[in-house]
Amino acid sequence: METLDAIISQYIDPYYLRIMVLIGINIILALGINLITGVTGQLTMGHAGFMSIGAYTSAILSMQYGFSYLAALLAGALMAALFGVIIGIPTLRLEGDYLAMVTIGAAEIIRVFFLNFEPGGKAVGMAGIPQHTTFITVWLVALIIILLNVRLLNSRYGRAFYAIKENEIAAAASGIDTTRIKILAFMVGAFLGGLGGGLYAHYMYYINPQDFGFMKSIELLNMVVLGGMGSIPGTILGAFILTLAPEMLRIVSEYRLLFYGALLVILMIFRPNGLLGNVRLYDLRKRWWKKEVETWQS
Amino acid sequence: MFWEQLLNGLTLGSTYALIALGYTMVYGIVQLINFAHGEIYMFGAFAGLFLASYCGVNILVALLGAMAFCMLLGMLVERIAYRPLRGKSSRLSALISAIGVSIFLSTLMVLLAGTNTRRYPDVVPNHTFHLAGLDFSLMQVIILLFSAALMLGLQFMVKKTRIGKAMRACSQDLDAAYLMGINVNRVISFTFAIGSALAAAGGVMVGIYYNAVWPYMGTMAGLKAFAAAVLGGIGSIPGAMIGGISLGILEIMGVAYLSSSYKDAIAFGILILVLLIRPQGLLGQKISKKV
Repeated sequence: METLDAIISQYIDPYYLRIMVLIGINIILALGINLITGVTGQLTMGHAGFMSIGAYTSAILSMQYGFSYLAALLAGALMAALFGVIIGIPTLRLEGDYLAMVTIGAAEIIRVFFLNFEPGGKAVGMAGIPQHTTFITVWLVALIIILLNVRLLNSRYGRAFYAIKENEIAAAASGIDTTRIKILAFMVGAFLGGLGGGLYAHYMYYINPQDFGFMKSIELLNMVVLGGMGSIPGTILGAFILTLAPEMLRIVSEYRLLFYGALLVILMIFRPNGLLGNVRLYDLRKRWWKKEVETWQS
Repeated sequence: MFWEQLLNGLTLGSTYALIALGYTMVYGIVQLINFAHGEIYMFGAFAGLFLASYCGVNILVALLGAMAFCMLLGMLVERIAYRPLRGKSSRLSALISAIGVSIFLSTLMVLLAGTNTRRYPDVVPNHTFHLAGLDFSLMQVIILLFSAALMLGLQFMVKKTRIGKAMRACSQDLDAAYLMGINVNRVISFTFAIGSALAAAGGVMVGIYYNAVWPYMGTMAGLKAFAAAVLGGIGSIPGAMIGGISLGILEIMGVAYLSSSYKDAIAFGILILVLLIRPQGLLGQKISKKV
């Protein structure tokens, strides 16, 4: 793998390589949100909180406790999944915008916690995290995650996730344990958030609580909504576009965010369901076989 | 000590309440979390600053001017970014559109005014009152009285006037209100205007009180005010007032008696606790799900 990385970094400009790595990380993070919000229909606006838990846990473990890269990544992701369960439990009682508010609040509390967290360097952040994440590792992990996501959504659990989004009461009446399934969605989503955070920390070399603020959560959520809620190809496309957009908009320098904001509004006006809204891999496959496909509005 | 902190909390809480009202009114009618609301508040603070420092007007004119400006801004935002989406898209797309507007407006202000923190000129004399063993600064008195007046005015408008009746009808059922001959678009536009004006008043007063105005001031204030609206029960106007004031008081008390480094976490911690006990907020109505 290292030789492959060496070969790749010889042929590709470091700037493009960096963007490709960030796209890979964002795909993993966005797939986590897609599972919670896009597929199961539970609005989460605090994914950066899970990301920071994964980033800090893995960074501390690999810097101060000598964990290997893989073990640190896994531990960070598991820690985030644990918090996903803790935050997922309120979803039993809360819905829609109330849930959104709780996830925002939880992410803010996590951020303030890390701002006062001694081993994490408080507001200064942590520097000197070993730079293990490379193009190959990120895309290898991303591909595995995409495949697992496809498998998960085509499974019994995947159908239960979709059923809860379409109609929770009908899902419960059909014998789905909605509570357990919703917590499961939160857990897996948070796991992916923590994994992405760990990859990010081991790529960036330096992390700081402000990297994981509200705007980061929103940026990730945008990828899912823009690409198309509940659609894996859509989420991947959204991660591509929204990671590339700020880079491409560098030509307009200080007007960059102005264009970014306007772009979001315009895209939502012309493609209200996202670019690939309600398109699932399964449907695409059917379309290639030239069969009738039903798409529906939700 | 305790009473002074209570007074400080009440002052901060009144400004939260003013911003929260805009969230809750818009939410009550179109079920949209208007994430650009914090930026409208920031624009209000800057409009007041502009009037006070370049036109040398007094505080009342600055307040009214900023409110009028934000009324127009709120209506413009609604017209451009929300109306085209209404009815044909999910609520989440409208939310993303609101976030787009929010990013746009804060960047626009950075381009116009720079990222520096600016200060208001001395529009309010530094005068202190002594009443019942407490020290009131003149600005605190202005904030408390002006917010109370605005909230009473709002309550009167919603309960007693024709447009208020139309707003209540729209918040109950938009389609039925439309069928009854209410110009729904006008009512929504009006709601945005009123909410934005209240936020602008909050912005100017906070700007003078804390003597700081900067382009990103809307983000945290907007989040806290949204938390206040949810705490009170989103969609409920008295709920937003109570939610805002109690959040302000609890936050100041938390900083005074617990820890100031956890200031931003306190508000959200309280909110989560309250929602765990009362999922619909303090004054929100419990809607039973129908099959």
